[in-house]
Amino acid sequence: MIRIKGLRKVYRVGEEQIHALRGLDLQIGSNEMVAVMGVSGSGKSTLMNIIGCLDRPSAGSYELDSKSVAKMTANQLALVRNEKVGFVFQSFELLARQTALENVELPLIYSLERGLTSAERRRRALEALDRVRLTDRVTHRPNQLSGGQRQRVAIARAILNRPAILMADEPTGNLDSVTSHEIMEIFRKLHQDGQTVLIVTHENDIAAYCQRVVRLKDGQILSDLSIAEDTAGRAVR
Amino acid sequence: MILTPYFYAQAIKLALGQIWANRRRSILTSLGIIVGVASTTAVIAALTGLKASVLQEFESFGANRIFVFPSRPDNVPRNKVPWDKMRIKPWEVRELQAGCPSLRAITPVTEIGVTVLSADRELEGISVVGIWPDWHETENRRVIEGRQFSQIDEDRERQVCLLNEAAVDALRLPDDGVESHILIGGRRFLVVGLVETIQSRMFGMGADTGEVFIPFSMAVKLQPPEYFLRVAALARNAEVSEEAQIEIQRTMRRIRGIQPGDPDTFRVEAIDRYIEQFKTMATGITAVAAGIVGISLLVGGIGIMNIMLVSVSERTREIGLRKAVGATPAAILMQFLLEAVVLCLFGGLIGVLCGKLTAIGLTFIPGAPLKHADVPMWAVGVSFAFSAAVGVAFGFFPALKASRLDPIEALRHE
Ligand SMILES: Nc1ncnc2c1ncn2[C@@H]1O[C@H](COP(=O)(O)OP(=O)(O)OP(=O)(O)O)[C@@H](O)[C@H]1O
Ligand SMILES: [Mg+2]
Repeated sequence: MIRIKGLRKVYRVGEEQIHALRGLDLQIGSNEMVAVMGVSGSGKSTLMNIIGCLDRPSAGSYELDSKSVAKMTANQLALVRNEKVGFVFQSFELLARQTALENVELPLIYSLERGLTSAERRRRALEALDRVRLTDRVTHRPNQLSGGQRQRVAIARAILNRPAILMADEPTGNLDSVTSHEIMEIFRKLHQDGQTVLIVTHENDIAAYCQRVVRLKDGQILSDLSIAEDTAGRAVR
Repeated sequence: MILTPYFYAQAIKLALGQIWANRRRSILTSLGIIVGVASTTAVIAALTGLKASVLQEFESFGANRIFVFPSRPDNVPRNKVPWDKMRIKPWEVRELQAGCPSLRAITPVTEIGVTVLSADRELEGISVVGIWPDWHETENRRVIEGRQFSQIDEDRERQVCLLNEAAVDALRLPDDGVESHILIGGRRFLVVGLVETIQSRMFGMGADTGEVFIPFSMAVKLQPPEYFLRVAALARNAEVSEEAQIEIQRTMRRIRGIQPGDPDTFRVEAIDRYIEQFKTMATGITAVAAGIVGISLLVGGIGIMNIMLVSVSERTREIGLRKAVGATPAAILMQFLLEAVVLCLFGGLIGVLCGKLTAIGLTFIPGAPLKHADVPMWAVGVSFAFSAAVGVAFGFFPALKASRLDPIEALRHE
């Protein structure tokens, strides 16, 4: 599903060069659920942005669904984001003036799929909302929804086009712990239905929903273990 | 890059939503365009109305009418062509009458400066005009009371006259004045008819100007030698108007013995020439109005550009999100361009409505020749086309800026 080799990312700030990722190898198979952890500044978001095709690596190779992404044009990347990637953000990023349903339908505006009827679009959006268990709030606007409900709308939007990979950068960062667990249950359910999931988090109990934990340090992989090994390793330390 | 019809539908819906959400700002922003479009459409409406009234007036005046005046040729010194060579003589008019088959009617017209007296009134500065009976036809003016002039009046140099109502009033004649006697230039004239008054606001002839008409042969007697006369004629119909003018010119040159290559010593004019002149003038005014609009649309366009830049920076995160879910740079560019165009068209629409209202208001102004003021369809079309063009021209830079935003940085924007 995801095949990354020697991935590097260098930011240039004035004269200074910041090495956010320094030669990183990573493979994620179909229907895995992986947590990415690490201290602040270790390069988690940078990695996510590259995997999510929002950014391009400075060096190294990246294949998504056995297609090389590294050399794609801006338009091709946009199409990949639209069809293959679902992104969930810490701060939800919903459009304030649109209803939950309209927010979920958003990716279809940029889809190249032709001949979709509005009934079909609606059906897909409602199905996505059903999968995040939010069918009773579809005509509400974001400011009429709780944080957890907003994040569910955002997840529904991310899974609308049945992406190859569902990515979330600290999806529970703005939520209380009860709501966080509700959201993680949804991710777990989606994973059980066959969705590949990649989640960045700082919390071990959030990572505990995943089967595999990748830890980063200074733009390199520190450890890449199953959840059981990772938990055991932490206990030792 | 391909964009689907659904994308366009959503982009326009979004643009309308933006305008509605920022109603006040939208109106203030498009004020330049509103004012520009409203003022042009109003000017065009007024001109259209004026044109309709003037043409109607020309029509009622008789579009087939032709005039002949004495005229000094251009670029010829004064002493080369003395007045007597240019002056139209009565026998020349008779030659024209005989030599121009395309004419239905022809008459000399001469105005004489004499005093007019009734039993208890003396009038000065009233116009006394000498005419042939054909004048009734060339001017399309009949009598309301009494009778018209006849050929016998002319041939026998009868001392008879026609008056209009203003003259009857001014002379304090009893009843409609017919059968009264008045003194013109010291001679006793019988009033035989009351001639109808033509209302013409535009050509300075109104019901309040007193007019006295006498047979041309009689007028000649009252005139000093070398008097001025002009010729009024009527072509058989509009189609032969041109032919009639040529016949007049040929006849005049022949009887005056003007050699080929030498200039005319007279001038033939037809109403349609005035119509052409008026149309040219109206087109000129329209062009000036269009120029003014161009400037105000430019000012309006700068306002649009400014507000679109504000909109792009306000919605940076939204742009980032749209890119994250798959919007291409072209899609973002198109979306903001459409928003600018829709905003301008919205301004154009309000402007056209204001122009239309102004036009309706103009038709109610009493006394103004604007009864037919209306915004023509082409002006509506041009207004919208210009508004859209302003949207594209001034929305392009902000839209380009939006399309070039980096999605990650945009999403990090506060
Ligand atoms: N646009 C940028 N320009 C310059 N440096 C950047 C940029 N984005 C990230 N960096 C740097 O790259 C490194 C990795 O950043 P990244 O955002 O990936 O960290 P992170 O692991 O997501 O941290 P956090 O847990 O705080 O979100 C940091 O040193 C950061 O300062
Ligand atoms: Mg981060």
